[in-house]
Formats: sequence, structure tokens, C-alpha cells
Amino acid sequence: MLAYIIRRLLYAIPILIGVNLITFMLFFMVNSPDDMARAQLGAKQVTPELIASWKEERGYDKPLFINTKAEGFAQVSDTLFVHESLKLFSFDFGFSDSNRNIGADIKERMMPSFSIALPTFMIALITNISLALLLVLFRGSMLDTSMMIVAVMIMSVSGLFYIIAGQVLFSKIWHWVPISGYESGWDGVKFIILPVMIGVFAGIGSGVRWYRSIFLEQINQDYVRTARAKGLSEIKVLFGHVLRNGMLPILTGVVVIIPSLFMGSLIMESFFGIPGLGSYTIDAINSQDFAIVKAMVFLGSVLYIIGLILTDISYTLFDPRVKL
Amino acid sequence: MKMIIQNVFLFMMVLFPLHSGVWNNPHSEEKSASNTLFTSFSLSPKRLDPVVSYNANEWAFIGQIYEPPLQYNYLQRPYKLEPLTLTQMPTIRYLDKERQEVDENDERVVYSEYRLELRKDIRYQDHPAFVKDAKDHLLYASLSEEALEKIESLDDFGQKTTRHLLAEDYAYAIKRMGVRQNHSPILDSMQTYIVGLKTFSDDITKVAKEKKSEGEVLDLRAYDISGVKILGDTTLVIEINGKYPQFLYWLTMNFFAPIPWEADLFYQQKGLVSKNLTLNWYPVGTGAYYLAENNPNKQMRLVKNPNFHDETYPASDHEDAEKKLPFIDEVIYSLEKESIPLWNKFLQGYYDASGISSEAFDQAVQISSSGTMGLSEEMQEKDISLIGSVQPSTFYLAFNMVDPIVGGYTESSKKLRQAISIAIDQEEYISIFMNERGMAAQSAIPPGIFGYEEGKKGANTVVYDWVDGKHVRRSLAFAKQLLAEAGYPNGISTKTGKPLKLHYDTAATGPDNRALMDWYRKQFDTLGIQLVIRATDYNRFQDKVRKGKTQLFSWGWNADYPDPENFLFLLYGANASVDTNGAGINSSNYKNPAFDKLFEKMKTMKNTPQRMDIIRQMLKISREDAPWVWGIHPKSLALSHAWYRNVIPHAMANNTLKYKRIDAALRIKKQKEWNQPVVTPLIIIALLVLLMIFSLRRIYRNRQNRVICQEQGAC
Repeated sequence: MLAYIIRRLLYAIPILIGVNLITFMLFFMVNSPDDMARAQLGAKQVTPELIASWKEERGYDKPLFINTKAEGFAQVSDTLFVHESLKLFSFDFGFSDSNRNIGADIKERMMPSFSIALPTFMIALITNISLALLLVLFRGSMLDTSMMIVAVMIMSVSGLFYIIAGQVLFSKIWHWVPISGYESGWDGVKFIILPVMIGVFAGIGSGVRWYRSIFLEQINQDYVRTARAKGLSEIKVLFGHVLRNGMLPILTGVVVIIPSLFMGSLIMESFFGIPGLGSYTIDAINSQDFAIVKAMVFLGSVLYIIGLILTDISYTLFDPRVKL
Repeated sequence: MKMIIQNVFLFMMVLFPLHSGVWNNPHSEEKSASNTLFTSFSLSPKRLDPVVSYNANEWAFIGQIYEPPLQYNYLQRPYKLEPLTLTQMPTIRYLDKERQEVDENDERVVYSEYRLELRKDIRYQDHPAFVKDAKDHLLYASLSEEALEKIESLDDFGQKTTRHLLAEDYAYAIKRMGVRQNHSPILDSMQTYIVGLKTFSDDITKVAKEKKSEGEVLDLRAYDISGVKILGDTTLVIEINGKYPQFLYWLTMNFFAPIPWEADLFYQQKGLVSKNLTLNWYPVGTGAYYLAENNPNKQMRLVKNPNFHDETYPASDHEDAEKKLPFIDEVIYSLEKESIPLWNKFLQGYYDASGISSEAFDQAVQISSSGTMGLSEEMQEKDISLIGSVQPSTFYLAFNMVDPIVGGYTESSKKLRQAISIAIDQEEYISIFMNERGMAAQSAIPPGIFGYEEGKKGANTVVYDWVDGKHVRRSLAFAKQLLAEAGYPNGISTKTGKPLKLHYDTAATGPDNRALMDWYRKQFDTLGIQLVIRATDYNRFQDKVRKGKTQLFSWGWNADYPDPENFLFLLYGANASVDTNGAGINSSNYKNPAFDKLFEKMKTMKNTPQRMDIIRQMLKISREDAPWVWGIHPKSLALSHAWYRNVIPHAMANNTLKYKRIDAALRIKKQKEWNQPVVTPLIIIALLVLLMIFSLRRIYRNRQNRVICQEQGAC
């Protein structure tokens, strides 16, 4: 397995270089370093001298990919792309264009995102699987049909509606929880109840339908018939056999998400005032802060690759036939 | 089942005692009951370095922490300057080229000398940068790796102390402005005024570069600006080229706030910079408050500076007059990016004040048939106050004066612009798009600034008639007549026979702006002119304006200081954008020699009747030329709860927090009254869940039993 992981990590290097290259090309196609300087320096009293010094200070006076003024290898190495990319591979994200340490910012913002995303993910997983098993247990009944209709209805409504409706209902009308805010530790529990509840509810429709279809594929298999023939109760059949055999496709979709839970959710964090990573990239794009954009795209790619590797590893845990 | 029912009862027993309290308070009860102001910010501050920041949302924090030499009187209107850290207003001497004193009005004036005498009782907030060891060396100026490992915030330093404010701190701040690497936005303009700043800046920028490459700390005490002289601990002299009376206004701004050299050296340590502990993020000031928590992504917290000097509420008949400032102990600013949570928290009493978003406008404000604004019944029931004021800002639609069609100074081009100025109905714009939160502009100068005149005297007679004591927009027929005289009868060019087509450049590309763009088209259509909207991103838009590649565009200006020069320089020919490589602020590229000559005379004058006469002449010229469609001056509306007091709008001052007051007892009483939890739905939901579990369990058991009884042939 170790050889497999090392191989996959080596494969990741050209992928990350490619992602980085595309990020550079796309960003600088839309924003010139002069525009970036203006966005950072403000609207008033921005002189050409000020812009020039800002660019020099941050290395944006260097050419992007080819330095025609340099000679030899320096034509490639003395460029913005190489200069900035090398630091990324050592996970040195440097400083944002507004002079904040990006690594320290990510570290600070990761936990608030995670404190919402993890409970949402766990509760949603348990709720969705339990409801799906319940529907499989009562498959073909009125309960099954009506729940499927409700699931489609839940899926059809925008997540933003649930957020606003949730805030109005639970905070404004019933006064149960704060409408938004964040605190770390136990004091913060009251702030995460509503976003977690809404996150779970908004995902129920698609989750339940997906898990139900996985379990229904299993329910008519021979091993299920054998289990029933042994006299096992329907609940034992579902939890002991159907769920276990349905785990493989579930893992494919679920484990890959786990590392990216740190990256947060833009809308959820924005509406609930969660100081997470959800809006970090979007804010950086809006303020043309390239240092943050490239760091976040790189981090997102790394986490996605880690998620894929974890998925492969998790297969071996649930299916002994799989060898890496 | 029995266990479930028992648990539900237990849950309810726990729940009911909570019924007397408040569940949705985002703040702790202890904080709500304390002398703390709760407010919000929607844009995270990016820089709190006073030499760098040029943004109102950052000044909201900086203004409470740093103290420039002067401030605006909180109560007096028109705006009046008064000493803040000085014993008196700066004394000004006028000097000839030999530096001999001459009369203010003498033509030989080459320099102005501003002498600042500092108060001796002003001390900085407690800060680790000031701590010294037994040998009088700064204790934390060169931290070891080991020491840095234990430090995550300023609270991790064992010791903090203070020191008195010195004249050299103001000189140090001006020196920091000169370091090009600090990117001070006013460096280039101040170089033309402060004697020796340009030479200093050129030299120190090279030194700073060398020091950085060698990893050394830059101590600016070793370098001097020829025009900034420190005469003892409390006397500073600043020499200005020529006469520049507006310099006094600059002395109220954060760019001239003192910087203690100890703090500059302390924050230059690389180990602290990597932890985001920098002067840019952790200010060191003498103001009424210090920044106790800086998390721009969540919360900024200001706490009363225990070392704050003696300052009292301005003398007046107010109940707080002559009382010691500040009144509020702590201020918590929370980041609220979305208007819905912000608005609801305000209504719940968890924010003490709020602006009015367009979504909440109808809920908060009602406009009477006479057009006056008042609070809605819901707001009145909550005893909320509405505070409105016209901002010292001007938003306008500019004609690019170098454009061959809309630009130029011929009679026909003037008439074309005048016709368009009449046709664009600003009153309608204010009504439709601004909820009446604005007033139509008569010139570039907004209310509250010297040179603005109300009533008939201040009317733009090119666009308005004065009828029955009111400005009445001239008729569309008159605009059409002007257009015909300009060579475009009914919008058709007499030269080409084709309809006149104009281009409006804008960065307003979102779907929300579609209605606005349609409205603009409609306004031009009333004259038969076709308006083509050229929507682009903000970068391209700015680029086009700078290079003069536009015909029409909208732009705006907020006052830096309450002087007409700060608005009329937007029309001064030497500031034309196309002639200054985009650096000039005259975006419409208006150049009229007569206007320019008057501007040069007016800009160094004091606010006298003579100055007023010159301004009137300038406004007359610019109204005739019509380089802008004189757009609007926005009105700001704010709401505040009954327990938030002494709230007086002041468009120029940034340090007004110290005058405000909170009645925490009333706040907590109202919060409890307005936020009692409604528990009935919770009980109903719990019962429904129980019922469902019970029913499903029963159905399942029946089904299982049916199988068994079928197998046994018993059913």
C-alpha cells in the first residue's frame, strides 16, 4: 500500500503544476498587475509611482512565464510563475497582497469552517442513511412514495431559501437560536445549531434518494434472501448485510469530500457570519488578491487528491478483495 | 418506548426554566449588561496602518485609536477645527525665499511654517514595544526564536507599558510616509507641499531597499526631512511650500497620526510579521480606545484606553457637556456580510445601530405625501431614532471633454451637454433608485462645504428655474430646442442625417443594474438620442476613463476635507486624466483657462466673501460648460435604539465614538422583552417525532408478526 500511496503522490506533482499554470493564465488574462495594484491601493491618489513601487515590492514587475531580459535558465526561472510556484510546493503560501500571512490566515479560518462542516457532514450522513434504510424497509408503501415526493421537493428548492427561512423562523419568530455569529469552544454551540440543521435538511432530498437507490440495488441480491432465510429480522438484514455491502459506492462519494470539509461553504458562512475559509477565495478574487487565489486553488487541489487517495484506501477496509 | 417518553419529559423539564431567559442572544448576557457598544462592519479592513489607509471602513477603527494633531468639533456646524493633541491651533508664519517672515498676503511668500505645540499629558496605550530592561534597552525589540515560539498575540508578552507622546513621533510618521515601500497614498501629493519630503523620500526609499535585502531593521530616527523640525519634546515645525491653508485639514487625518519609533522597530521583526503581528494590524495609539482584538474575518474589539488623556464633551447645553470622555468602555464590531441577519439582529436589539438597506427601507421608513421621511410604526413602537444627513459627496455623469462629439467648448457642444443635463431627471433617479435618499446637485460642491449656497442663489440656472421657492427642472421642450441649436433636431444630426448615438461606459454589469441602464436609455430617448450601454469589468472601465476612451460615464467623489478646493480640483485643467498618465482626478478632462485661473486664485484663500465671489464665478463657468450632468449628493440614513445616545452625524470626523453613550440597563430590558422564546412549536415537533417513531415501530412489529403468523398458519 505504501508504494501505491507514494506513486499516487508522485502523480500529483504534474497535476498540481498544471492546475497552477491554469490558475496563473486565467487570473492574469483578466487582471493585470496594474489593476491589482489599484485594487489594493484604493481609488484615491493612486499615482504611477505608487503602482510601480507596489508591483516591485511584491514581485509583480517580473514577467509571467518568460523573462526575455534574462539569459540562460534565468529566462524561465526569473519569472513570476516559477518564483511563486516553487514556494507553493513547500507549502509556503507567503503573504497576501494586503500583507497578511496566508498560512496563518488559513490556519485560523480552517477550524470555524470545519466546526460547521464536520457536524453537518456526520449528522447528514447518519440521517440520510437511516432514512434511506427506513424507506427501503417500508419500500412500496405510502410512506416510501410520499417521502420520495418530499425529497424531490426539498431538492428543488434553493439552499439560500432554507437559510433565510431558517433564520426567520428559528431566530426571528421563535427566538430559539442566534441568527448568526460564531464563537469557538462550547460557547459556540448555540451558533452552529441552525447552520448545521439547515445544512442537513437541505441535503436530505438528494442524499436519501441516492442512498435509497444504492440499498434497493442490494435488497434483491441472493445474500439478502439467504439472510432472511436464516430467520434474521428485516432490521438485522438491513443493518447487518445491506448497509455493509452498500458501503463501497457510498465511500466513493463520501470519503473524497472529507478533506475538503476544511474549505467551508461560501453562502452558509456568509449568512451565518462564520469566519471560515468559505469566502476567502471569493473575497480574494473580488479584491484581485492573486497571492490568496493561487494558494487556495493549490490547497483545494491537494485536498482533492488526498481525498481520492483516502477513498482508494477505504475500499480495502470494506472489501477484502481490493488490494492496492 | 418508556425510556423515550421519560427522556422527552426530562428534556421539557430542562427546557421550561429556560423560558424566562433569552436564547437567541449572540452576545453573552454579561456583555449585554455591560457598557459595551455592539455594532457591525460589512467589509473587512485590509490595512490599519495610519500612513497607508485611505478607506472609510478602516478609518472607523483607526480614528478611535490614533490621534492626529487636530480634530473637528463634534457639535459645531459648519465644520470647525480644534486642537486634539495640541495646546492650541498651529501658529502659521509666512516666509520669503530667505526665510524671513513676511505678511500672509505678501507676494514674496515662498514658505508657510506651521508650529505645533503638543500637550504634555498625552500617553500611548500600554504596549510591549515600550518595555525597557534595567539597562534602558527595549526588552522586546529583538526577540529570539525561542521567545517567538511562545507568542501568538500581543497578550502573550509578559509586560506592557506606556510613554508620553513626543513631537518626534509626528515627525517619525511623516518620515514613514516618505518610505515608498509603505505605499502611502498621499506621498506624491504631500511631496509637493512639505519642504524636503521628495528628496527625503527618494533617498530613504533606496536605503529601505538595501536594508530589506540585508535583512536589517530601518530606524528612521537617523534620517531627517529638511522641512520637518523637532524643537524639543513638544514642539514640531512643518514647512510647507507656498501657501496651502488646506494643510490644517490634513492634520486631522490619520496620515499625520503619531508613530512611536519603538513600535515601528518592534513590528519590523520577521518572527512577528509571519504571525500577522504588524503595525498594519495592531495599531499603537494615544486615542480613546485601543484595539484589543483584531480578527477582520469575524470581530474587531476596541477597549477604552486607560491612559487616555483628559478630554471632555464639547461645551454646550447638552447633559454630557464638560463630562470626561469616552463614555463607552468597549466596542464590539462583528462582521456581517449579509443585510438580512444584520437587520434582524438590530430589530432584536443585539446591534445598537444600523444603516438601512434597500430591502429593509420599506419596513423602516415611510414617506409622507409631502415627501418627508419618517419612521414606520414598527420602528416607532421600538423607540428607534432615525438620523439623516446629506453627505459631502457628489455623484455625477461625466462627459469626456476630449471626445469629438460630446466634448469641446464650442457653442453647439455646450448646448448638447446642457440639453442632456436637463433631460436626465435626477429627481426621478433619486425617487426610483435611491428611495429619496439624495438631493439633486446644483454644482460640484455639496451642502456643508463653503461655496455651497441654498435656494435661488445656489441654483444651476442652466438646468433649473426658480419657481415658487423651489428648483424646477427646465422643460423637455427647452432641452429639445437646445439640442436642435446644437445641430441635432429631434436627435438627428443635421450633418449626417443619422440619429445621434452616444456611448455610456459602466462597470455596472449585474442583473440588478439592468433597470438603471434602461432608465438611462429612456432619459436619452426623450431627446431622440440613442444611448448604447458599454458594460465592462471595473478594471477595463477604469482604464478607459484614465485614457479618455469614453464618451459618458458615472463617477463620484467623497470629501477628504470640507473645503471647496477638494471638489473644484476635480474640474481643474492641470488635473486632467489624459494629460497626467491617468493619475489626475479630473476624469472628464475639463479644461477651461478662465476656470483654471480662478481655481488657482481661490485654492489658497481663506473662507472670505472674496473667495465666495470667485467660487460663484467658477460655478457659473462650469455650469455653462456643463462637463458633468450635476448628479446627486447622497443622504445617509441611520437608525439607532433608544439606549444609544449622543449620536450626531458628522461627515468629516472619524473619532466620534468617544462622544457616544450606552444605557445598558435599558438595552437588556428591551432585549428580554423582544426575544422571549416561543416553545410551543418545540413541544409540537417533539410530540410529532414521538408519534411517528411509535407508529413506525408498530407498523414494523405488525409486519414482522404477520410473517411469523403466516409461517405458523395462524392467520
